[in-house]
Amino acid sequence: MTQISTPAIEASGLVKDFGDTRAVDGVDLAVPQGAVYGVLGPNGAGKTTTIRMLATLLRPDAGSARVLGHDIVTEADAVRGLVSLTGQLASVDEDLTGRENLILMARLLGYRRERAKGRAAELLEAFGLEDAAARQVKNFSGGMRRRLDIAASIVVTPRLMFLDEPTTGLDPRSRNQVWDIIRALVAQGTTVLLCTQYLDEADQLAERIAVIDRGKVIAEGTPGQLKASVGQSTLHVRLLDPEHRADAEGLLARALDAPVHLESDPAALSVPVTGAESASDAIAELVASNVTVADFSLGQPSLDEVFLALTGHPAEDSAESEAADTIEEVPA
Amino acid sequence: MSAAPTAPAEPTPALGTAALNSALAAGERPPRPGAISTCLTFGWRGMLKIKHVPEQLIDVTLTPVLFLLMFTYLFGGAVAGSTGEYLQFLLPGMLVQTVLFTAVYSGVALNTDMTKGVVDRFRSLPIWRPAPLVGAVVGDSARFLMASTVVVALGLIMGFDAKGGILGILAAIGLVVVFAFGLSWVFTTVGLLMRAPNAVMNTGFMALFPLVFLSNIFVQPSTLPGWLETFVDINPISHLTTAARGLMAGTATASEIGIVLAVAAGLTAVFAPLTARLYRSRT
Repeated sequence: MTQISTPAIEASGLVKDFGDTRAVDGVDLAVPQGAVYGVLGPNGAGKTTTIRMLATLLRPDAGSARVLGHDIVTEADAVRGLVSLTGQLASVDEDLTGRENLILMARLLGYRRERAKGRAAELLEAFGLEDAAARQVKNFSGGMRRRLDIAASIVVTPRLMFLDEPTTGLDPRSRNQVWDIIRALVAQGTTVLLCTQYLDEADQLAERIAVIDRGKVIAEGTPGQLKASVGQSTLHVRLLDPEHRADAEGLLARALDAPVHLESDPAALSVPVTGAESASDAIAELVASNVTVADFSLGQPSLDEVFLALTGHPAEDSAESEAADTIEEVPA
Repeated sequence: MSAAPTAPAEPTPALGTAALNSALAAGERPPRPGAISTCLTFGWRGMLKIKHVPEQLIDVTLTPVLFLLMFTYLFGGAVAGSTGEYLQFLLPGMLVQTVLFTAVYSGVALNTDMTKGVVDRFRSLPIWRPAPLVGAVVGDSARFLMASTVVVALGLIMGFDAKGGILGILAAIGLVVVFAFGLSWVFTTVGLLMRAPNAVMNTGFMALFPLVFLSNIFVQPSTLPGWLETFVDINPISHLTTAARGLMAGTATASEIGIVLAVAAGLTAVFAPLTARLYRSRT
């Protein structure tokens, strides 16, 4: 791997307007090479627009960015030679078959006819798509389409890969497959910029995360740092007998001097704690009072809680201008 | 740190990790393809679309068949004295009409493409920028050829006498296809300006219908009122029809052909760069 010190992405002050809507409002990013970097935010936060600028599909209205050392405006062609994009809409041709799509990509990237066929066959096998190779993509399931999409992005292994919400709408098994592919890609040395609105996805895959909201980066760091910034961990307790929950609530509130949250599961409670020691004391107290604990865990707050703490509104509550983040948007 | 990103992939039944890793490792970058090779690859994509969506050929081929049959046998006697006479006059014009209407589909296809994510992928590739457009229009020429073949074959079956011989017919088809290539760029421009494929189709047909009917395809311009005759005489479609008739009859002059080629070149020179520009800037 050469030039490991060159950042995969350095962006400063990126701005993009669509008509009156400012979709991206001064985004700064510093993405090191060789890991998954998560860009996390709700719909309409400006994630897709940011990716499209970095992938040279959109020209920024202000600000600048370098991808693997190349300016995205003045050296766009060099950038295109190093990156690949898997967009939010499936970036494959739905009328063609899976195999034809991959051959098309291979040919466009410079493979000769026979080699292009060979490469397509290799990828179809690796991505478990051999049976569907001769079917039109419009008849693919969501998971197959996503895998084909990613396969099309790595016909030539890119140095940097943009993945825009790769698991949106997938069932859990397909989602796990996509995650495995992402991990394998990174293990081979590709840097992945992963846009997602799923907090656990960023948590699972990303080494660092930028949280983006209304076109701005509002927090940046490792998943652990982001969680720590919310300030505390949470003790989750599940009782064997829901009848005991009222007792447990009183005991925990007294032992930890904190408000106890009653979960929707009638046997479960959670309570913020300052450290592992006080948590184990509280559990011991429950046991001593004959409240049988089925299981308990001490966890960092979820990224959902982080998002709420950072933005003051939950992640599901999307920003006002969802349209600005979609591909069909045409400036008037 | 919560997750080590370089950890080996967890095995999932459907995906072999070894196959995945070797496929990832094998993706070395070949030398960049040239502009022509890239255009041809996009042309190949157009062919595949015809193969997978053959319905799009039905209106391209059925409409001219109906028109040729109806006009010849319905109006032939009234317009030209006999159906045989009229066929001699009408067939080259039907060839023109058929291929020009087919050109609208270039715009429809591009507009449809733009709503799909695949265009993003093409635009993020290190290839000659206008290649997807040029390749698509080159691919459309294959559709023009198919439509031409249907019309001419039917005309010959109905008794059209090509005095220019097989070469005359081929030259007429070639000239019409070249003109349609130029006209395609007008419709690709429309295709990028309109929001929906249907709007492209309606606009295209609405613009073409009067131009096709107010030409010398169906009637001799000398039978028309003076003001209309003037319009018909300057209509480029009339010039194309005259040249196609001449080629099929073996009487075409260089100036007749030259005008058509000049119009095609002019359309390409104006609308091809305009299309490329709109394609680049469309978000």
